[in-house]
Amino acid sequence: MQLFPCPFCGPRSESEFHFGGDAGNHRPEGFRDVTDSEWTAYLYERNNPRGAANEIWMHMACGEVFRMERDTVDHRVAQSFVLGEGGDNGGMA
Amino acid sequence: MAAWRNDGGTAIDRSQPLAFSFDGKVIEAFAGDTIASALLAGGVSVVGRSFKYHRPRGLWGAGVEEPNALVDIAAGMPNTRATQALAANGMAVRSVNAEPSAEKDRRAFIDAFSRFIPAAFYYKTFMFPDWHLFEPRIREMAGLGTLDETKTGPEFAEQVNHHCDVLVVGAGPAGLHAAREAVRAGRRVVLCDDGRQPGGSLFYRAATIEGKSGAEWVADVATELERAGDLVLTSATAFGIYDHHLVGLSQKGADGAPDRLWRIRAKSIVLATGAIERPLPFGNNDLPGVMSAEAALVYLRRFGIVAGRKIVIATNNGLAYETAEALVAAGADVTVVDYRADASTPAGLRVLKGVSVRAATGRNAVNAVTLSDGTVLEADAVLVSGGFTPTVHLYCQAQGKLDWRDDILAFVPGRPVEGVDVVGAAAGTFGLPPELADGMARDLGIIAAWPKPGAKERVWIDLQNDVTAKDVELAVRENFVSVEHLKRYTTLGMATDQGKTSNVNGLALMAEITGRRIPDVGTTTYRPPFTPVPLASFAGARSGTRMNPLRRLPLEQAHRADNAVFREYGGWLRPAFYGAGSPEERIQAEARGARERVALFDGSPLGKIEVIGPDAASFLDFIYYNTMSTLAPGRCRYGFVLTEGGNVYDDGVLVRLDENRFIVSCSSSHVAGMHALLEEWRQDRFDRKRVFIHNATAEMATLTVTGPQAKALMGTIDLGIALDDTTLPHMAVVSGVFEGIAVRVARISFTGDRSYEISVPADHAAALWTRLRQAGEAFGAGLLGLEALMILRAEKGYVVVGKDTDGTSRPMDFGLTAPLERKKVEFIGRRSLITEDAGRPDRRQFVGLEAIDGKGVLPTGAHGIERGSGVPRSIGYVTSSYFSPVLQKPIALGLIELGLSRMGEIVELQHLREIRRARVVSACAFDREGSRLHA
Repeated sequence: MQLFPCPFCGPRSESEFHFGGDAGNHRPEGFRDVTDSEWTAYLYERNNPRGAANEIWMHMACGEVFRMERDTVDHRVAQSFVLGEGGDNGGMA
Repeated sequence: MAAWRNDGGTAIDRSQPLAFSFDGKVIEAFAGDTIASALLAGGVSVVGRSFKYHRPRGLWGAGVEEPNALVDIAAGMPNTRATQALAANGMAVRSVNAEPSAEKDRRAFIDAFSRFIPAAFYYKTFMFPDWHLFEPRIREMAGLGTLDETKTGPEFAEQVNHHCDVLVVGAGPAGLHAAREAVRAGRRVVLCDDGRQPGGSLFYRAATIEGKSGAEWVADVATELERAGDLVLTSATAFGIYDHHLVGLSQKGADGAPDRLWRIRAKSIVLATGAIERPLPFGNNDLPGVMSAEAALVYLRRFGIVAGRKIVIATNNGLAYETAEALVAAGADVTVVDYRADASTPAGLRVLKGVSVRAATGRNAVNAVTLSDGTVLEADAVLVSGGFTPTVHLYCQAQGKLDWRDDILAFVPGRPVEGVDVVGAAAGTFGLPPELADGMARDLGIIAAWPKPGAKERVWIDLQNDVTAKDVELAVRENFVSVEHLKRYTTLGMATDQGKTSNVNGLALMAEITGRRIPDVGTTTYRPPFTPVPLASFAGARSGTRMNPLRRLPLEQAHRADNAVFREYGGWLRPAFYGAGSPEERIQAEARGARERVALFDGSPLGKIEVIGPDAASFLDFIYYNTMSTLAPGRCRYGFVLTEGGNVYDDGVLVRLDENRFIVSCSSSHVAGMHALLEEWRQDRFDRKRVFIHNATAEMATLTVTGPQAKALMGTIDLGIALDDTTLPHMAVVSGVFEGIAVRVARISFTGDRSYEISVPADHAAALWTRLRQAGEAFGAGLLGLEALMILRAEKGYVVVGKDTDGTSRPMDFGLTAPLERKKVEFIGRRSLITEDAGRPDRRQFVGLEAIDGKGVLPTGAHGIERGSGVPRSIGYVTSSYFSPVLQKPIALGLIELGLSRMGEIVELQHLREIRRARVVSACAFDREGSRLHA
């Protein structure tokens, strides 16, 4: 059971969190001009990195969405960020 | 067995004798005895039969490492390790895998055929025609303890979550020392041990620490820890180490108390888990009476049991000499067979140096050993020490990597793991911590005595899983040379034992045969649990309805008073129908009453998620498939919510209370999901200071009045609202007051009849419900359960998402194409609706299905079939199907390929072996013009 740092509530058990996908998976806007491959990439193509990962999570207890940098191999959590702070945050869904 | 009690023993209380039965035979013991020590003292030599060959087996160890002495305790746990369970007065203990008793097992004959049943024999032999044909019989013959299926097991185990600065696993000298150092440095400490008290080897190995005897020093340290307010957990096995320094502990409850499962999160962890003695490989080294030399010391000093009268101690290291000297002092005749030719040994002992044991002899107990030089020594106990294996399970679980040390012939922790320290024998440091007792470090002085291939006798590697040296040789011949393959092929190191005594000998033999070094063979992966943990401990109180607690209505008691039959719907316990008698008749009567007169329905679980703020309208335009910003305040609109993949996720009515305040009435089973979806999009895409979300579902109950007499009934209740259709038309909402409490009244219908949904704070729901019931009497108002409501909505062709939709459904499949064609702005899933898949000409569309074969209600799930090319092909399926009381005929809904353009066509439907015929019709079977909504 991992501990994730919610930027609002502090360290909490991973079972309280909901995965929101890769950070930086920006939604292609303007549906008429978005190509099939752009939309497919947004919907389905995931980074699934080995090692450093940059992810969006929601803390279900407080309902806040945040970005977290962690390592998928050793499960070390580097840092978590309030959305809009600490660099590129958007594109979670 | 020839063991006998002397007058020693620090663990037992001779003033409290007790008796229990083992395989029906009475065993006398003392309070403090384990089942194992009592059997040993009681002269029981055969404590169980082996897993595969039904070989007689005796005690090997004295603790967690015991591979043989697993017993079933009546009304207790099967496969209990006899070395760890206390003997209790009157308990009935049975040996495992033996019938009628371990002593006289009727399947002992199997061992005579052992040369024909080597590793993998069963799998190879019983392949044809089908392993499963033979499996039950073979499993019945093999296997260990028996589960009493009439018993439900422990009702619950207490769950404790705890955190501390330092968790020390193992309360031997190294663990106690580490814990005391941490306490003195001001840390909050938890110290745990699987023994019944802290102390570990200090209870049986002689030691003087800080001027005190081992036992005194242990008591002082334990007192110091407890005074500092720190926890000392006994009978608690740390069975697993998990992410971010979480350690699982299984603690045995004392005196019938429930077990406890501890989840301890520690900033740092000290592993002082000790080491486990290895057997020596020689012929028949599994005979009862062949025992670990360290265990013999435990039995002598803790339980006052001398292992035999004529004892041979076989060793390849120096640590067995304490056992030898102690047994001599206890009056036994001891001969030490020291494999080391140049060992320096204590005076006064009979020692044969530079020889080894070739084989033991005896039937149900050892009676002699033959040495490598041909000497035969008579013996009634053979105590062996083949070196020590540090207990590194937890370190390895924490992703530690092992190093091989040639000086102690053992794997020890290698690279450091952050926050995990390994100390004492677990780190390969035998004896006392040097800081505590200068010069007490014990010199192992070990030489190799690994199993060799080609032995004439059977040399046992894994006692619990009946693996011999020959099985390992066979594995190599068949090219299972990877250690993981070796384990799976021979079962070496499997099951509850996990190779505690056997792994290293097996690896060494594999290394020898394949010409590799032991570290190059490597070890198998260490996985939790270290020892078996009862499933009841993991479950805790989370069983039955506590596993996933039902959500309950504020009006549950009122419904019970009306004889409601409750069922679970999307996590909520709701009235399915009311009253005794045939459910089908009750449901039909409820639905008919609602169409003919008026009915009351408890719709409280309906989602009520408020969306508030200046950007709420544009936010909801993005959330919904339908355009919502054009909705006038005080009005409601039905809509779909899609996934980004363009599939229907939820449907429901959006209520606009005023310019900046909306209520999302999502499906009752989708509230949590919709809430999360709204929050995700709000935070990711919108100005978080201009739109807010509040889930008010549980705060408000929703009570519905529906039917042709609904308006008349509402007219008798003063809610301070006008009921005329100009002020409160269909799909409008107004605020009212009930007994001084604000309520919301909405004209939303899920039945197709005029309906009023009254939302009231949950704590006032009972009063309003009572009032509605009283007012309803004059109108013959009935109660409407969920099942009847399902019929009413199906008559109208109203969709239930998840029942009438599946993971591929798109809004256009339900005839709702306008938003896609006309909506100006982005919404969730929009781009997915203009893909090739969304435009496929053969999509399944939502239609009604009218049975035309006179065989009654269509089976839900029946597939529409097309027999074009001979092989029938599914063209969709029935999603909902009922008998309509108002139409007096079966009705059904379904998703049928190109259904909307098949109107009037006859389709064949197949369910199991039955073929049904139905006409494709409009999903709406009743009141197509919708006039009843306004009647």
